[in-house]
Amino acid sequence: MKLELSGITKRFGPLVANRDIDLVVEPGEIHALLGENGAGKSTLMNVIYGLYRPDGGQILIDDRPVTFSGPGDAVAAGIGMVHQHFMLVPVFTVAESLALGYEPTKGMGLLDLASARETVRTISERFGFDIDPDAIIEDLPVGAQQRVEIIKALSRDAEILILDEPTAVLTPQETDELIEIMKQLREQGTSIVFITHKLREVRAVADKITVIRRGAVVGEASPESSESELAGLMVGRDVHLTTDKEPARPQDETFSVEGLTVLDKAGFVVVDDLSFGVRQGEILAVAGVQGNGQTELAEAIIGLREPHSGTISLDGRRLGGDSVKARLASGIGFVPEDRSSDGVIAGFSIRENMILDQYDRPPYASGLALKPAVIREKALEKVEEFDIRLTSIDDPISTLSGGNQQKVVLSRELGRELSLLVASQPTRGLDVGSIEFVHKRIIAERDAGTPCIIVSTELDEVLNLADRIAVMYRGRIVGIVPADTPRDALGLMMAGVPEDEALARVADGSAVTTVSQAAEGDLP
Amino acid sequence: MTNGTNPSDAPGTETSVTGQEQPADTSAAGGTPTAGGTPAAGGTPAANSVLRDIMSGSWLVSVLSVVVALALGGVLIAAADPDVQATLGYFFARPGDFFIVAWQTVSEAYMALLRGSIFDWEARSLVRAVRPFTESLVAATPLILAGLGIALGFRSGLFNIGGQGQVVLGAMFAGYFGYALGLPPVIHFLFALVMAAVGGAIWAGIAGVLKARTGANEVIVTIMLNSIAGYLLSYLLTQSWFKATSSANPASRTIFDTAALPPLLPDPFRLHLGFVVAILATLFVWWLLERSTLGFEFRAVGENPDAARTAGISVSRVTILVMIIAGALAGLGGAAQVLGTEGKLTGGVAGTIGFDAITVALLGRSRPLGTFLAGLLFGAFKAGGYLMQSQTGTPIDIVLVVQSIIVLLIAAPPLVRTIFRLPTPAKKVAA
Repeated sequence: MKLELSGITKRFGPLVANRDIDLVVEPGEIHALLGENGAGKSTLMNVIYGLYRPDGGQILIDDRPVTFSGPGDAVAAGIGMVHQHFMLVPVFTVAESLALGYEPTKGMGLLDLASARETVRTISERFGFDIDPDAIIEDLPVGAQQRVEIIKALSRDAEILILDEPTAVLTPQETDELIEIMKQLREQGTSIVFITHKLREVRAVADKITVIRRGAVVGEASPESSESELAGLMVGRDVHLTTDKEPARPQDETFSVEGLTVLDKAGFVVVDDLSFGVRQGEILAVAGVQGNGQTELAEAIIGLREPHSGTISLDGRRLGGDSVKARLASGIGFVPEDRSSDGVIAGFSIRENMILDQYDRPPYASGLALKPAVIREKALEKVEEFDIRLTSIDDPISTLSGGNQQKVVLSRELGRELSLLVASQPTRGLDVGSIEFVHKRIIAERDAGTPCIIVSTELDEVLNLADRIAVMYRGRIVGIVPADTPRDALGLMMAGVPEDEALARVADGSAVTTVSQAAEGDLP
Repeated sequence: MTNGTNPSDAPGTETSVTGQEQPADTSAAGGTPTAGGTPAAGGTPAANSVLRDIMSGSWLVSVLSVVVALALGGVLIAAADPDVQATLGYFFARPGDFFIVAWQTVSEAYMALLRGSIFDWEARSLVRAVRPFTESLVAATPLILAGLGIALGFRSGLFNIGGQGQVVLGAMFAGYFGYALGLPPVIHFLFALVMAAVGGAIWAGIAGVLKARTGANEVIVTIMLNSIAGYLLSYLLTQSWFKATSSANPASRTIFDTAALPPLLPDPFRLHLGFVVAILATLFVWWLLERSTLGFEFRAVGENPDAARTAGISVSRVTILVMIIAGALAGLGGAAQVLGTEGKLTGGVAGTIGFDAITVALLGRSRPLGTFLAGLLFGAFKAGGYLMQSQTGTPIDIVLVVQSIIVLLIAAPPLVRTIFRLPTPAKKVAA
C-alpha cells in the first residue's frame, strides 16, 4: 500500500503546525520523519491517523484520495499507529488489550477472548515477539508493552504502521530489538513511518529520511548522510553534536558517598551499598537503564529520600539528616529527572519558577517579604544569559517549550555559587539545539570547579559529557570506567555484565550493536 | 479504533509543544505562545494576560454564573407565585396576561431584593434609604473573613470544609472572653478578637496536624470537626458556668460593652469595626499570597507538591500553617458575629456562614479581592432577602436557590461556557 500526502496544511489559530507538506511512503519502506520537538511531526501523523482534519491538501492511498473523519476510518484504510505514550490499560491482559476497542464477540454478546488470544499467538510467532497473551500489561517491561501495541495495530490489518518516537522509552538493547522487528515488518511488506529525533537510529534503519522543520519539509536525506548533516537540516544551522571541551582538571575530592543503601517504600533495596567520590572540576556520569537506582541515588543526595545506611559528605561535612532546604542552601544544585512533575510548577510564572528553590533567600526576599523588583530584574538577566525564548516572564511556564522550560530550570540551578551539581536526565525531551546549549552550560560549570554528577540513560549524552562513567545496574555500580570506554562495552555493563567481561567481549567483536555499527562511519 | 483508545489524549503530546514553541521564534505567528486555540488579540503581554485570565473563565464565568442563577431564580419566583399561576389557567385565551404578571412579580421581587440590600429609594428618610447597604456590609463581614480562610486553603491545595466549625469556635472564644473577663476598652475587644482567631486556628490546626502527620484526609476531618463544634456549642450552652443564668433560652450572657466591636456609624446603623477587620484581612491575605515567602510556599504546594518538595519546601509545615491561618480567619468571622452584631453566644450564632463561605471562596476564584466581592454579593443577598420576603411574599429560600445554582455553575465552568458560547481556554486545547 502506498501512502501519499499532498500539500497538507494544518493550522491551530494563528499558528501553522504543518505547512504544505508532501510525503510519499512507498510499500515496504521504512520512512523516517526527522525533526526537532515541536517541528510538527506528531501533528502530521495525527492528520494521517484521522485525529486532526487538515485545513488544506489531501491524503492519497494507492493514488486514491481519502478523507478520514476519525481514527476508525484510518484503521479501516490500513493505517496503524503506536503512540509515544502507550494507550494500554495496565490491569488488562495482552489479549484483553487486543480486544479493547473492537471487542470480538460470539453469540449473546460474550467477549471472544479465545480468538484474541489466538491472534496474539499468531502474530507473536510470525515475528518472534515472544508475548504471552495472558500476561498482565503492567507486569511487562516497556519494550514488551510496545510490542503489544504493534501487535494491536497488526491485528487490525495495518499495512502502514506509524511509530511515534518509539525508542524514547527503550534501552539500547530494546532499541536494537525494535529495529530488528521493523526490518522484519518491512520484509513482510508493511510500510513504516518512523518518527524520531534521534539521528543514530534513523541512519541504522531508514530507507528514506524526510526532515521537517517548523512545520514544513526542509529536505530529504539518504541514510548515508552523516549525523551532522542530518542535525544541520533539522535545526537549520550547523550543530556540534559533540561539545568541545578542555580535558578536565580535577582538583580535590569534595563530594563522596560511602556505603549508601536506599530502600523503596516497599522495603526493597534500590541503591545497594554504593561508594564513590567526585572531584572538583570533574563530571561523573551515572549511566544505566532507567530504573536501576539512579533516580533514588540522586534523590538521596538532595535529601528527598532518606538513606537506609551509609553516608553522604560534601566539603568535608556529613549531610546526615539535613533537609532538602539545608542541602540547597549548602550549594547543591539539583536538576530533577522529571521536569514537569518535580522541576517546575506549571501554573507559576516563569519568573516565579526561576526562584522556586531560592525564594526565601537574599536577594529575592528579606524576612517574610518577597522583593518583586529584584525577582523581576534577575529573571530578565537570566532570560538574557540563557537565551530563553519567551513572550513575557509573567506568563505561566507551561507556555514554554520543553527546551525553554529546561533552560529555566538550569538558569535557576546554575545561576548561583554551587558546591555540587546533580543533574538527572538534563536533556530529556529536548531537541538537538537545546541539548547543545545545556551541555555547554554543564561543562562551563565543571570548568568553574564544581563537582558534577550527571545521571543519564542516553549513552550519547554520557559519552559527550563524562570525564568518568559510573554504570549502574540493579542498584549497584557495575564499574567506574574512563570516558573513552567503547559504547558497546557500556551497553553490556548497563545490562549487568561486569566491566572486564564487557571489555573482553567487545574486544573479540561478539557484542556489536546495530545502532553503534551505523554510527561507525561518523565517529572521528 | 485501533491504538487510539484515548484520541483526546493522543494528539496532545506533541501538539502542545508545537503550539508553543513555534511562535517564540516564528515571525509568522503574532499571537501569544498560548494561542493554541484562541485567536488571542495582539498587543502588549499585559493586555494578553488579562484577556487570558478572563477567557480562561476566571472572572467571566463567575459573573455569568451569578447572571444565570438570577435568571433561573426569576423563573422559580414566577412559578411559585399564585397570581402567575392563575394567569396560566387562561394562558391560551390571553397569553399576554401571563407575561405581564410574571414580569411584574419577578421584577418586584428583585427590586425588593435590591432595595433591601443596596439602596431603598422608597424609604421615608435618607437614613432608612442608606441603611440596607450597611446591612449588606454587616452580613458580608463574617462571610468575607471565613471565605478568605477557605480561599487560602484552596490556593494551597487544601479542601477545608471546616469553615463552619472554625466559625463556631471563634464565636465561642469571642463570646467567652467577651463576658468572662473585665478588661479596659479597646484592649478588651482586641483581646477577644485575638482569642477568637486562636479558637478557629486550634480547630483548623487539628485537621492540619492530622493531615500533615498521618495523611488523614482534611475534607473528612474538617466535616467531622464541624459536627463536633456544633455539639460542643450546644453542650456549653446548657452548662451553668457558661450560659446566662437568668434565661431559660440556650444563650450565653451578653458580652461587656468594652468587648463589643465599636460601631462605625451612629444608630440605627449596625455597621461595626468588623468590616474594617475584613478589609484588612483581605489586604493581608493578598500580601501573604502574592508578596510573602510563606505565600509562595503555600501556592507552590497547592499547585504542585512534588515540585515544592524538590525545591526544599516542607509540605507538612505548609499544611499545618495554612490550616492555622485559615482557621484564624474563620474564627474572626465568628467573632464578628458575636462581638459585632449578636452581642452574645447562641446556638445559631454561626448560621450557615461556614458553608456559605465555601461558595464565596469559589465564586471569588479563591483570589482575595474576588472573595471580598463575592462576600459582599452574598451579604447583599442575605440582607435583601428579608425585605423581599416581607414585601413581596417571595420566600427567602429563593436566595438559597440562587446561591446553590451559583455553586453548581461554578463547579461546571464548561456549562457556563456552553450557555454563553465562550471559547474554551487555550490551555485546554493545547494540553
